[in-house]
Amino acid sequence: MSPFVTPETRSEIPATKPGAAATVTGRKRKSLPLSGRIGLVMVLFWVAVALVGPLIAPHAPGAVVSNKVFGPMSLRFPMGTDYLGRDMLSRVIFGAQYTVGLALAAAVMASASGTVLGLLATISGRWVEEILSRLLDALICVPSTIFALVMVAAFGSSLPFLLLTAALSYVAGAFRIARSLAVNLSVQEYVQAARVRGEGRLHIACVEMLPNMIHPMLADFGLRFMFIVLMLSGLSFLGLGVQPPAADLGSLIRENLSGLDNGAPAVLLPAIAVATLTIGVNLLIDSLPQRGDDA
Amino acid sequence: MSSHQVRVSNLRVVTSDAADRAAVLVKDVSFTIPRGEVLALIGESGSGKTTVALALLGHTRAGCRIAGGSIEVAGTDVLALGSRQILDHRRRRVAYIAQSAAAAFNPARRIMDQVTETTVVGRLMTRNAAREKAVELFRSLALPDPHRIGERYPHQVSGGQLQRLLAAMALMSDPELVIFDEPTTALDVTTQVEVLREFKRLIQERGTTALYVSHDLAVVAQLADRVVVLNSGEVRESGPTMRVLGTPTDSYTRSLVAAATGREAVCALRREVAIAASVGVSGRGDLSEPLEPLLSVDGLTAGYGKVDAEGFPSAIALRDVSLVVKRGGALGVIGESGSGKSTLARALAGIVAPAFGTLRLEGQLLEARMERRPRKQLRRIQIVFQHADAALNPAHTVAHILSRPLKLYFGMHGTERNERIARLLDLVHLDRSMAARRPPELSGGQKQRVNLARALAAEPALILCDEVTSALDAAVGAAILELMAELRRELGLSYVFISHDVSAIRAICDEVTVLYAGQVVDSGPLRRLDDPAAHPYTRLLVSCVPEMRSGWLEDAPATLGQLGTARLDASR
Repeated sequence: MSPFVTPETRSEIPATKPGAAATVTGRKRKSLPLSGRIGLVMVLFWVAVALVGPLIAPHAPGAVVSNKVFGPMSLRFPMGTDYLGRDMLSRVIFGAQYTVGLALAAAVMASASGTVLGLLATISGRWVEEILSRLLDALICVPSTIFALVMVAAFGSSLPFLLLTAALSYVAGAFRIARSLAVNLSVQEYVQAARVRGEGRLHIACVEMLPNMIHPMLADFGLRFMFIVLMLSGLSFLGLGVQPPAADLGSLIRENLSGLDNGAPAVLLPAIAVATLTIGVNLLIDSLPQRGDDA
Repeated sequence: MSSHQVRVSNLRVVTSDAADRAAVLVKDVSFTIPRGEVLALIGESGSGKTTVALALLGHTRAGCRIAGGSIEVAGTDVLALGSRQILDHRRRRVAYIAQSAAAAFNPARRIMDQVTETTVVGRLMTRNAAREKAVELFRSLALPDPHRIGERYPHQVSGGQLQRLLAAMALMSDPELVIFDEPTTALDVTTQVEVLREFKRLIQERGTTALYVSHDLAVVAQLADRVVVLNSGEVRESGPTMRVLGTPTDSYTRSLVAAATGREAVCALRREVAIAASVGVSGRGDLSEPLEPLLSVDGLTAGYGKVDAEGFPSAIALRDVSLVVKRGGALGVIGESGSGKSTLARALAGIVAPAFGTLRLEGQLLEARMERRPRKQLRRIQIVFQHADAALNPAHTVAHILSRPLKLYFGMHGTERNERIARLLDLVHLDRSMAARRPPELSGGQKQRVNLARALAAEPALILCDEVTSALDAAVGAAILELMAELRRELGLSYVFISHDVSAIRAICDEVTVLYAGQVVDSGPLRRLDDPAAHPYTRLLVSCVPEMRSGWLEDAPATLGQLGTARLDASR
């Protein structure tokens, strides 16, 4: 999986009919298909690792605990040791915290502001809509990784800036999705009925439209989270993301790259960690719309 | 070979959920169709009639399966066929004509390629032979320019022509059985007559064995030799068409026939709550005294798209329409699809801004756009839409939906508002417990009642009804009409009742305006519909409403022939 895939190609999948999505809440939830359950388990596992992992990690992330570099898996070091002889298990646990935490925060920012802007564009007059759309169209033209590189080159690589860069790269896509959902909803007869009734724009946006776009937006949020994980890992792999001594999963791969020749677990395991996290989210998201469809 | 072309016995179709929760869609349905006869399957929506029809193709919709019984078409046991044989069965022996021809054709391919596809792919004929056969079928279905119509794309022919082309596609392989699934339901009445006539002629000429699925008894009466009445997946009654429709023995069939012949009768049968004043459905007849105008529309022109230098929009939907709604009166607006009747409702509500013309409500000038109208004026005109489910926000409870106008217009809160909601539900004959439900949990009729209640919550003077009964089954629609007539009597409401259904207009309106291609071609009191001096288009509309007597279809063409030219005059 490459971090250069744009989310727009994928995000069409979860957009369900607004009515179909809403019926799910009205009745008892159907059970997830098997792939969805596997995805859910994988996602929950990584969230749990990020939340409680640091409490149970055997060593501090920076502590050099072994004099053997690129050590194999053993009872004492279940994931081996890295290029300085640090415990890989502890490194991965703390790395996961960075990756999951940063990506989650950035995805929340991107999806939330995208939804708000999308609704704003739909209910406001033509000019606001035109300006917002063109501005975000311009943003969407810039490849997200190039954009991130420029941001890091210009402002350095601090955590808040990484967060902002990731959120900014993906807000345009979320805006597009939210706007197309909102435009579809705005011609629904119940929205027209609200307009004829004389309801304010804010009421129409928040009460009539928002509840009916939450489900597809949540699915979109999951996709965006996945792409941000990949982008941040990619940046860190290039050495532009999370800076040492802290490390996310991407930087773990980079710093242990020299162990690739002898197949050290130190380079393979963080890569597997990124893969399971993103595949898990992907499986979960893909199985979500089916629940709405067969309603 | 047996004399029966089709033999279905004890057919049972269930949903294939977990076994313990499986719902039975079709229960032990049995019937036979002798060679060369037409059997009609009659039922309301959800009666399982399409499920039975699809089962004859050896097909069930996703999530369903055939749990028992046997289906025999031309001596073949359909349920015993393997997956390759079933394809062959569908290619050669059974043809299916769907309700919506527009949805059945691929818009991106030429008609001829689609009509001949099955026979060519199935190697039943060479491409050239198939084309010749298709042209011959086009000719026998009275399609214009049979040699070249196949070169067009689906959007380049009319809805009625497309439905006939679909029939041609079905008949390509000379099937043993043709299934018509509500083939004229989506058509205008005038088009429906033409299509029905061609279908009937074709069936008679070719001696086709057919299963005709419909909810419309009058249509069935023209085509079918025998009928089977279905209700919730069970056969209620079956027999020769005229016997079943003329002297129904089953109570459900009686209610269907009553709904088709007179709306009053069905209401008496169907209503759970008896209303003291259920004498006449509408208050028509005694409204001879002059009533003051409530809404007057003068020279209304409206449309869509860019506005040119003179102020005309690029696509004009309404041209110079004038009408008056009297206080307490009900004005029926009738027209076929594309006549601009929905645009009229939208222009009156202010959703579409008219290019020219004035609207006056109670003598006061109405702003063209709803954004400019004061809330007080918005409150006085309420609109009820056709699609009850699209007009109710699926995310909200009924109580929330009804509470908005109360809060917005009257600032009601707390117990006062809850009491009012309960009273509104009483008014539309819904149980008070419905307040906690959400629209997806309601039936079509219940949703339309909630829609009415929401309009009533504003305490309006005028309600715009845009095809409010068109999406409902006849009996449910009749109950809604009866409710509307009752509300009008009790609350002194006025209606603008927009419909393509002449009988619905007759049931509730006391004045009528006929729209054709965006223009008013006729208007007057309701009896204008039966006035021999009415505009030819009005007479055409009325004469095209199918009647249950047999032989109506044969009578209709004579009038159509005369009126065909008059209709063209009205449009140009």
